[in-house]
Amino acid sequence: MNIVKPNSYRSGPDERGHFGIFGGRFVAETLMPLILDLEKAYTAAKADPAFQAEMNGYLKNYVGRPSPLYFAERLTEHLGGAKIYLKREELNHTGSHKVNNVLGQIMLARRMGKKRIIAETGAGQHGVATATLCARFGLECVVYMGAVDVDRQQPNVIRMEMLGATVVPVQSGTRTLKDAMNEALRDWVTNVHNTFYCIGTVAGPHPYPTLVRDFQSIIGNETKTQMQEIEGRLPDSLVACIGGGSNAMGLFHPFLDDSTIEIFGVEAAGHGLTQLHAASIAGGRPGVLHGNRTYLLMDADGQIQDAHSISAGLDYPGIGPEHSWLHEIGRVNYLSATDDEALAAFQLLSKLEGIIPALEPAHAIAKVMELAPKRPKDHLMVVNLSGRGDKDVPQVGDILKGKSK
Amino acid sequence: MTTRIDTRFAELKKEGRAAFVTYVMAGDPDLSTSLEIVKALPKAGSDVIELGIPFTDPMADGPSIQAAGLRALKNGMTLKKTLDLVRGFRKDDNFTPLVLMGYYNPIYIYGVDKFLADAKTAGVDGLIIVDLPPEEDDELCIPALKAGLNFIRLATPTTDDKRLPAVLANTSGFVYYVSIAGITGAAAADANAVGEAVARIKRHTKLPICVGFGIRTPEAARAIAEKADGSVVGTALVDALKNSLDAEGRVTAKTVNAVAELTAALAQGVKGAQQAAG
Repeated sequence: MNIVKPNSYRSGPDERGHFGIFGGRFVAETLMPLILDLEKAYTAAKADPAFQAEMNGYLKNYVGRPSPLYFAERLTEHLGGAKIYLKREELNHTGSHKVNNVLGQIMLARRMGKKRIIAETGAGQHGVATATLCARFGLECVVYMGAVDVDRQQPNVIRMEMLGATVVPVQSGTRTLKDAMNEALRDWVTNVHNTFYCIGTVAGPHPYPTLVRDFQSIIGNETKTQMQEIEGRLPDSLVACIGGGSNAMGLFHPFLDDSTIEIFGVEAAGHGLTQLHAASIAGGRPGVLHGNRTYLLMDADGQIQDAHSISAGLDYPGIGPEHSWLHEIGRVNYLSATDDEALAAFQLLSKLEGIIPALEPAHAIAKVMELAPKRPKDHLMVVNLSGRGDKDVPQVGDILKGKSK
Repeated sequence: MTTRIDTRFAELKKEGRAAFVTYVMAGDPDLSTSLEIVKALPKAGSDVIELGIPFTDPMADGPSIQAAGLRALKNGMTLKKTLDLVRGFRKDDNFTPLVLMGYYNPIYIYGVDKFLADAKTAGVDGLIIVDLPPEEDDELCIPALKAGLNFIRLATPTTDDKRLPAVLANTSGFVYYVSIAGITGAAAADANAVGEAVARIKRHTKLPICVGFGIRTPEAARAIAEKADGSVVGTALVDALKNSLDAEGRVTAKTVNAVAELTAALAQGVKGAQQAAG
């Protein structure tokens, strides 16, 4: 198949929410009027300078932006190749990039007069960010979380509850992120009149993939400015981990039309691509789930398969539709890292830089360990350090103890 | 083009009564039992059969129908076998309308054109695909209409007068009014609110309007049948089936009868309804 390259990689989606064949609005009729309302509200908010000004105020003084672009000197020396910069999203309030998007959506919910917020969460980072902003703005908050994830991300469950949110452990299906999303959609269908669904990643029915991307693009926009200030030019490559893909899209999108920049997304290869994993692009094909067409892990009958990753935040059998499109047109290279590679990267970054990464961006670091040594010393590589590892310390501690026994 | 659905509703109109529409999950708990159950439904008084296509992630369904789909999948049910089941049913029954209800992904993966051809040949009359709103009509709705199948759309309490024409535009066979904002098997439907909604939709279409979600008892089925052209019952039948299974979820001697008996009781409720004029 010949793929025609677009004039710009940043013009999507079309008015029906399609990126090529991906995206769309595959939802029950009950939700359609709400999704159309949301699209209208978002279009109006984008055009309203007061909305942007208010958001910028909170981004600066509440979230703590801009997040630093930090030269990882010892990691660079250790790998002996490209000059590695970390985009320090883990320093944001609540400990990850998730807060950028949640702030935007909560401000939209307030404009729309919605008093009840629901969210799905995998690692709990999106749940914590949602619970935090609901506390700040006095909104009711219900977070759906797979029962398996409730067990492996206890610190975040406790945080959400302290912030006043109700955490609902989801017992259906595989009891992970996919099922949390199903349950959140069921809640939304039931409580349409007063509820805003705050989706945590660049997936779901249009306009969510666009709206989340736009709110997260602050990551890439800041990186552009910061790299100009530090090095006087743009970076040569970008690396980010991908579950649904919001931190990656936030970093990548502002750079998509800078054609000389190499871009790498890193999926979770779990136990390996021939075994249980969560790499939708490497191991899946296009299908329809959760409101959009995208790459999915499924069997020959179109039944969705269980994903596996050591990282709860990447443990999802799909990926945002714009990533599927960027893969098909070849603009972004999608790689994958296994559980073991991520664990090794987790330890390396902790010891060399004094930064404990979340298991999610540890997957990105794992691929930096392969990519950086093969590139010259004047090559500028940016890695999105999308979250901090505090939530993973008990789980990784147990795994490492188990291994040393 | 006249389908079995059109013919059945025309007959019922002559009889002056509402339709009783039953939903069961294909392959629940296994293929052969499921075929027996589907065969028993018309004899017990079902006028129209909705057959669920099992799917791992049924985001508009409550726990009962989710569990039914997983029971079927666990026993090896697929979309292809669902069509085999329809073919088996059609050997003995060429009149009862049969509608497949489910989610788009299994059909998309099967291949839309191949699916429509195979479904038509097997004896399927219509499709209800929950996650295909009119905004996605190019995917399956338009090709299905071209292939001679009815495409039955859901209208909901959130579908206002402004949106109804778009929802009804490519709808055929009947309109499925979802009586509550919610998932299957959840809250009970309020018959008066349903009556108002049906009257509102009737201002936009001549198609029969069947009402489902939240109808569990003969009394409720009757109350709805007095306000609409049909009552749909699903979760209550799926629950009756589940309660007849043994501790390991396997079929027992009671299973087929459990569904047939409840169907008969519900059918009596619907047939006792005094239809509103018009």
